[in-house]
Amino acid sequence: MIEITSLVKHFGPILAVDGVSFSVARGEVLGFLGPNGAGKSTTMKMVTGFLVPTSGTATVAGHDVTREPLAVKARIGYLPEGAPAYPDMTPEGFLNFVARVRGLSGSRRRARIDEVVSRVNLQGVMRQPIDTLSKGFKRRVGLAQAILHDPEVLIMDEPTDGLDPNQKHEVRNLINQMASTKAIILSTHILEEVEAVCTRAIIINRGKVVADGTPAQLKARHSSGRLDDVFRAITTGDTARSGKAGRP
Amino acid sequence: MTRFLPATLAVMRRELGGYFLTPVAYVFTIIFLLLAGVFTFQLGGFFEGGQADLRSFFTWHPWLYLFLVPAVSMRLWAEERKQGTIELLLTLPVPLSSAVVGKFLAAWLFTGLALALTAPMWITVNYLGSPDNGSIITAYLGSFLMAGGFLAIGSMISATTRNQVIAFVVSVVLCLGFLLAGFGAVLDFLSGWAPQPIVEAVAGFSFLTRFSNIAKGVIDARDVLFFLALIAVCLFATAVIIDTKKGG
Repeated sequence: MIEITSLVKHFGPILAVDGVSFSVARGEVLGFLGPNGAGKSTTMKMVTGFLVPTSGTATVAGHDVTREPLAVKARIGYLPEGAPAYPDMTPEGFLNFVARVRGLSGSRRRARIDEVVSRVNLQGVMRQPIDTLSKGFKRRVGLAQAILHDPEVLIMDEPTDGLDPNQKHEVRNLINQMASTKAIILSTHILEEVEAVCTRAIIINRGKVVADGTPAQLKARHSSGRLDDVFRAITTGDTARSGKAGRP
Repeated sequence: MTRFLPATLAVMRRELGGYFLTPVAYVFTIIFLLLAGVFTFQLGGFFEGGQADLRSFFTWHPWLYLFLVPAVSMRLWAEERKQGTIELLLTLPVPLSSAVVGKFLAAWLFTGLALALTAPMWITVNYLGSPDNGSIITAYLGSFLMAGGFLAIGSMISATTRNQVIAFVVSVVLCLGFLLAGFGAVLDFLSGWAPQPIVEAVAGFSFLTRFSNIAKGVIDARDVLFFLALIAVCLFATAVIIDTKKGG
């Protein structure tokens, strides 16, 4: 479903993503790991068509993101980092807007909104401004928006960041429910999450893929058999670059 | 191209609705009507003039717009950047042109609505005498076109920053430049050293000159075209700025 080949992104003199290649098939949940500033978000922003790659290609369901951005965007559900949403709108208004933009109309729009709202448990807050919602609810609004059109491809930038343990559990359940029918990429700093939801994980460091395998394969790379030891062994020494690339 | 119209309408609808979710719409409309009244009756000498026309009303519109229109346009894109929703909007299957045009149209319609609410002035003058209603309609049209010109400039400036205050101040200054371009003092200053074609070009950009023609009831295709072309150029520039300044 997702094919990424030699993706490169320069921000002026800074090389944020340096020749990343991987592919994700339907039914796979790919965990995207790496230190802050490693290029995770930037890579996702290129796949979703927000940023234009300096070189390399990303295709989604056979459509190249630079040549057919709208075809790609129509097939992707994307949860940007921090789940941005229009703060003055209510979830109801916001989801209706996203549905309209995605070309859902009439009874189909209502049916899809009802479906995702019950899926992420937003019923109680549909008429409250998003501004006034708790972090957990805001994240659910972002998730609802991402799965509204039942996309083949789901890309989530730190979907559980800042949530409490119960909320994390809910989000992971949701991902597991959808895993078999979609190709999913999610980035995370929580290594236990990789074991809980991912069928495969990629570790990216200084813009390069430094490890790629199933969680079990990755764990076998360190004598302790613990994922965070593997992560640290692969990515340490990289303290020079921090902060988030790709912020406007 | 088939996605252009529905996407533009969806963006416009959301943006227009957004004005009414916050006090922005109400504050703007009330202040606009209040100032329009003060200018017309106090400064414009509507009654003292003893003429059944709206000259004293329309004369002040450029100056009213100078401060009020940038207050509408400043949030168009700066707010999207600040909230991070620009990433959401531009990863939805919305052509960039749709997003730019949809937002601009929302702001323009909103300003048009405020302008339409001055209709009691028109009714009053018809009650008091028998004005030339044709030229009043022309003047309304000209005022609406000029508001569009101001808004398009504001949209372009708003696209460059995430700070609404900066967007406001820079827009006011730029709009002031367009207003003053026709002033005798400015042109005298220029004609001292600049070649005649440049002086004429600067004079040609004057909102005041263009608008005062239309406000007198004289529709010249060149004046209408000037505002429409200015809007088109500024919106194109908005799209270019957004496209190049998304993430570095």
